[in-house]
Amino acid sequence: MTPPESATLEETTAVNQALSVADTKELIKEVLEVYPDKAKKKREKHLNVYEAGKSDCGVKSNIKSVPGSMTTRGCAYAGSKGVVWGPIKDMIHISHGPVGCGYYSWSGRRNYYIGTTGIDTFGTMQFTSDFQERDIVFGGDKKLAQLITELEELFPLNRGVSIQSECPIGLIGDDIEAVAKKSAKEIGKTVVPVRCEGFRGVSQSLGHHIANDAVRDWVFPQYDKAKKEGNVPEGTPYDVAIIGDYNIGGDAWSSRILLEEIGLRVVAQWSGDGTLHEMINTPSVKLNLVHCYRSMNYISRHMEEAYGIPWLEYNFFGPTKIAESLREIAAKFDATIQQKAEEVIAKYEAQTQAVIEKYRPRLEGKTVALMVGGLRPRHVVPAFYDLGMKLIGTGYEFGHNDDYKRTTHYVENGTLIYDDVSAYEFEEFVKQLKPDLIASGIKEKYVFQKMALPFRQMHSWDYSGPYHGYDGFAIFARDMDLALNSPTWSLIGAPWKQAEATA
Amino acid sequence: MTDEQIRQIAFYGKGGIGKSTTSQNTIAGMAELGQRVMIVGCDPKADSTRLMLHSKAQTTVLHLAAERGAVEDVELEEVLLTGYRDVRCVESGGPEPGVGCAGRGIITAINFLEENGAYEDLDFVSYDVLGDVVCGGFAMPIREGKAQEIYIVTSGEMMAMYAANNIARGVLKYAHSGGVRLGGLICNSRKVDRELELIETLAKRLNTQLLHFVPRDNIVQHAELRRMTVIEYAPDSQQAEEYRTLAKKIIDNKDLCIPTPISMDELEDLLVEFGILGGEEEYEKAIKEGTKAPASIA
Repeated sequence: MTPPESATLEETTAVNQALSVADTKELIKEVLEVYPDKAKKKREKHLNVYEAGKSDCGVKSNIKSVPGSMTTRGCAYAGSKGVVWGPIKDMIHISHGPVGCGYYSWSGRRNYYIGTTGIDTFGTMQFTSDFQERDIVFGGDKKLAQLITELEELFPLNRGVSIQSECPIGLIGDDIEAVAKKSAKEIGKTVVPVRCEGFRGVSQSLGHHIANDAVRDWVFPQYDKAKKEGNVPEGTPYDVAIIGDYNIGGDAWSSRILLEEIGLRVVAQWSGDGTLHEMINTPSVKLNLVHCYRSMNYISRHMEEAYGIPWLEYNFFGPTKIAESLREIAAKFDATIQQKAEEVIAKYEAQTQAVIEKYRPRLEGKTVALMVGGLRPRHVVPAFYDLGMKLIGTGYEFGHNDDYKRTTHYVENGTLIYDDVSAYEFEEFVKQLKPDLIASGIKEKYVFQKMALPFRQMHSWDYSGPYHGYDGFAIFARDMDLALNSPTWSLIGAPWKQAEATA
Repeated sequence: MTDEQIRQIAFYGKGGIGKSTTSQNTIAGMAELGQRVMIVGCDPKADSTRLMLHSKAQTTVLHLAAERGAVEDVELEEVLLTGYRDVRCVESGGPEPGVGCAGRGIITAINFLEENGAYEDLDFVSYDVLGDVVCGGFAMPIREGKAQEIYIVTSGEMMAMYAANNIARGVLKYAHSGGVRLGGLICNSRKVDRELELIETLAKRLNTQLLHFVPRDNIVQHAELRRMTVIEYAPDSQQAEEYRTLAKKIIDNKDLCIPTPISMDELEDLLVEFGILGGEEEYEKAIKEGTKAPASIA
């Protein structure tokens, strides 16, 4: 059966009418109405409407979630092991504690890497100390030390070990720092203890910070030592590091080629497809290029203070931002680089134009509601704009105030802003605002697809990608078209559409 | 799981107050009166049964579990020993100081004993718990379905009384959910001034009784050095008689109460009242004198 494709296209565009600021505020009020007073009082601070000209989005953030609200947030262990440390491919990351945390975070976040898994790289492998009752009662330090010794025997080509603390480690007071020091001597490699117990903080965000601090305290001292001994090569004036690109679906690769094409030398890549050695050598670069500000701003700031390395946030989602970012990066270097940046932008012009010509007519005017982690709720917006789409709502799982300030550069007047949005709120907003596309995570995906709404995962790129860079934009555009214009949706009627049709 | 007829009691008190000594001597007295008793030592030091078993320390549940791999690999007979007058003895054990989680260890050990049928054919189970109720694990013996009668061992010393009051607080917390009651205070005399009256007053304030005043006697030391209770070492001594009296009082005790712990200020006032502690003026005077002549303090 051939589905009536064209009918779907018309139908979906007909529904979206942009609400005014006042209407959207009214909608927030309505949605909050069902909460008990205490919950309402807490949640109303996290929901607002962006009004043009204001310096932030008018929402509170990075606050403990309301119990029972079904938040999408993770924990500090997820932030450290899953996000920051996990992708360092040549290290073994131990999930230290009972087996569940490690088991359910197996394989990571699709952080692609090059290497032979199990030999010199360990990205998709999972290691855990598998705590038993006796380890809780008698402490797990001895087991941890033994585990590291065994890992060294089994995987001699590992370049180091990180200890990712699960909750019980902090409760029973194990001295993992002492084990790390002793084991590092024994195996002659880096061993990094990370105090990222899940109960710390309000979301995975604190885990990022703790992981950053562990880099500062347990990795950079090795650079300092090498520097003192005169073992750090001078490098070139064009040495840069990519910070906060996790190479999900190959994002860092499609970014790196652009930086290299404009004449920069990428000497370190954090942490997607990254190595311990790159991390150790990062303080030798001339400029840190920060993609995920939320998870890596801490270490970038530290490098600025301690080593005088400036850092720059860039955005490689969509051709507009890519060109802007390339020019901004090039401006930090000499005329040769600036010249090359222009050449690169020009070089990709035709490719980009072809993508836009193909997809823009199919996506023009479609609305999107976003809800992702700590960066993408603002960073991917321009890529949607490049395709002629409109953003009607966005929010972060675990963003902070500085993220919401930065968001103002990306959103238009009247955009609905939701922080740490609850399952109920998100569903209600979608029912009322009727976006054409919802771009969020796995926890939201099936709820909305069952409502017959097009959906794309913005954490994992729905097992596609890369989305960064010019090459990534082509894939991004294709994927959004696939989601929005799939004939599937015409076969499943959204309830309110049926109601409208009969009315 | 546990027989309704079994009376479960627990001895609490400040560390070093003589809980283990008092409880074992008392239990020896109870056994002499024909009671079938099991001692469950809930202290990582595992010294709650040495006077019964005449040994340094018995194999503990947790050490054997650690050796074997899991508590499921331990058989009850390996850790449940029989001592003086058929008193059954078991020690939970726990980690060495400064590592792991002793509280979790107690929970594990008690669950093991229950699941393996240690609580059968008994009149009494007695828990001997370490010093303060510092966390949930150490409160395990007073939670639902466990010890129903708490005996606090104290003396007239301020910190012992402070600890006693704190334990009363713990009992109060679980009194409504778990039905635990305070059975009384046992004064293990340190020969503090007016100790008897003081503890009697404290007992009254806590809504309980001074169950027995155990006088200080060196014979306890002599017996202890020989890893024996006084009842076994010197059955005809006056001290043995004291413990027998205490044993009888516990067996006959019907006076179980929900405690009414007092505030720190009230406790201090009590000590002032008994002339043990000076009033505020005296403090200030002492501080002034101290600054004038610091040498006199040392």
